[in-house]
Amino acid sequence: MSWLLTIPLVLPFLTAVAAFLTRESDWGRKVSVIGNVVFLGAAVLLFSHVYDKGVIAGQMGGWPAPFGITLVADYLSAVMVVITAITALAVSVYALSDINTRKEYLGYHALFNILIGGVTGAFITGDLFNLYVWFEVMLISSFGLLVLGGSKAQIDGGVKYVTINLVSTILFLSGVGLLYGMTGTLNLADLALTVPALENQGLVTVVAMMFMVAFGVKAAVFPLFFWLPASYHTPAFSVSAVFAGLLTKVGVYALIRMFTLVFDQDIGFTHTVLLWVAALTMVTGVLGAAAQNDMRKILSFHIVSQIGYMIMGLALYTPLALVGAVFYLVHHIVVKANLFLIAGVAERIAGSTDLGKIGGMYKTAPFLGILFLIPAFSLAGFPPLSGFWAKYVLVAAALEDQAWIIAGVALLVGLLTIYSMTKIWAEAFWKAHPEGTDPTLATLTAAERRNLLLPIGGMAVLTLIIGFFPQPFVSFAETASMQLLDPSPYIETVLGEAAQ
Amino acid sequence: MEALLAISIGVLVAAAVYLMLARHVLRFIFGLVLISNAANLTIFTAGRLTEGMPPLIELGQVAPDPGVANALPQALVLTAIVIGFGLFAFALILMFRAYTTLGTLDSDEMRIAEPREDDA
Repeated sequence: MSWLLTIPLVLPFLTAVAAFLTRESDWGRKVSVIGNVVFLGAAVLLFSHVYDKGVIAGQMGGWPAPFGITLVADYLSAVMVVITAITALAVSVYALSDINTRKEYLGYHALFNILIGGVTGAFITGDLFNLYVWFEVMLISSFGLLVLGGSKAQIDGGVKYVTINLVSTILFLSGVGLLYGMTGTLNLADLALTVPALENQGLVTVVAMMFMVAFGVKAAVFPLFFWLPASYHTPAFSVSAVFAGLLTKVGVYALIRMFTLVFDQDIGFTHTVLLWVAALTMVTGVLGAAAQNDMRKILSFHIVSQIGYMIMGLALYTPLALVGAVFYLVHHIVVKANLFLIAGVAERIAGSTDLGKIGGMYKTAPFLGILFLIPAFSLAGFPPLSGFWAKYVLVAAALEDQAWIIAGVALLVGLLTIYSMTKIWAEAFWKAHPEGTDPTLATLTAAERRNLLLPIGGMAVLTLIIGFFPQPFVSFAETASMQLLDPSPYIETVLGEAAQ
Repeated sequence: MEALLAISIGVLVAAAVYLMLARHVLRFIFGLVLISNAANLTIFTAGRLTEGMPPLIELGQVAPDPGVANALPQALVLTAIVIGFGLFAFALILMFRAYTTLGTLDSDEMRIAEPREDDA
């Protein structure tokens, strides 16, 4: 069944080529939307197959594992691919009105789809070096997207984003080399079998820390997150949204994958470090957000803070905590990408995202206000929205594990998140517009309204669905967490029965 | 052989870290090149070093003799060099653009995206 795995991987690249060739005509952006609709279909097909049959794997080029490159999808990978496709589709529709023709000519749609391809590859690869390659695909296209247009702020943010990410990449690569030197394999399933058998477990922990730092930079955890608020508010809103939704989450996914499958011997050390990191990430992110006065900067710092919750789930390392981490990951991508898209509309109609310069949108654009409230309250964890269930499961897991401090931190950070969200609400929506003009959605053309509000509405509905019917999502996350804690089906599927 | 390579990797990393601590972003990029080569050498060294044993299969045999050079790390290093080259080219162009649009290569002076409180 390896075609189920290869199609979602190949599609974004085909879309990228087609979009690049047609970038000078109207077709470029249409190709991107059509390509992402097909991609969503392929992702759902993969998901439903994994949902029915469990883990599936495919060996590329017919080389059997662990010699060839393996693609593998378990519950976590499959749901990440679907959520990537949903985000990609929403953002590609939004980009119809958000990206100007100059950026289209410079290759926006091609870069965007390559980015999606890289993210998908990172989610379904079963090979460590291949993961490195997908990270690079993702990285180089994100570099391009970030500085596309070349405004001063973009170049400035770009320098910081590029440099720190290159350092993390090199650390990752060195880790891969050392791990290969110790085990002689790069296949993740094979590593899961060989690493525990190594004599020198101290060295394994050292390499594990190299991976933790490398992925920690990508995931923007404390104290490695400074590049994120320095760059995420500079590019086009579509780019911010897809970065905010997907990029850091690939880092979190890689952490979850490596620290459940391969590095689970020295939990007493590695996962304690992760727990402290999680707590500090949550606190610094939310305090950083409180100090900002620009919608996109506030939201950027909140990404950091929310990453802390996911790492907390991984760090506690109980079945329930991992359920929370998986649930949080999915909910967060939808909500966070949506908030950035809304910030884009606010900028369109009110002229800025600086909270000091805008206002009055509740009176004149109440519909946008409602669309903002759904993801904002969800992010803050208001029942019965999706963020409430995510936080509830995580805090319950922490209490069950008697980790009182982290449970307290999680609850406190939730409160401070409400503070930031109400700040945006009060400044952007409630107070009068400082210049007396009334920003309304009527200033947008009908096509702009459709292209900008449709993805926002769609993702808000998804947030509501997760919120009102959490049971299927939670039981799905339970199975995903079971697969993470007991990876034997994963290993068997990749290596075949004989390897066990 | 391993000791020699290990020492040179150490020297490369030390020089790279020294360069990367500079505020001048061009120095940082040079440091990056050095450290990426150190990473490549690490992979090469970690993947078993042999001398004069090419991984060739004798005529009539199906597997190479034991103890031949490991070809996989070399393939990995080759991939990493190509990727590193692409990233380095991008980074250089970006620094050039930074110099022309921002007028500085000092990372402390780059405050457009995050202006200081007092001059905002």
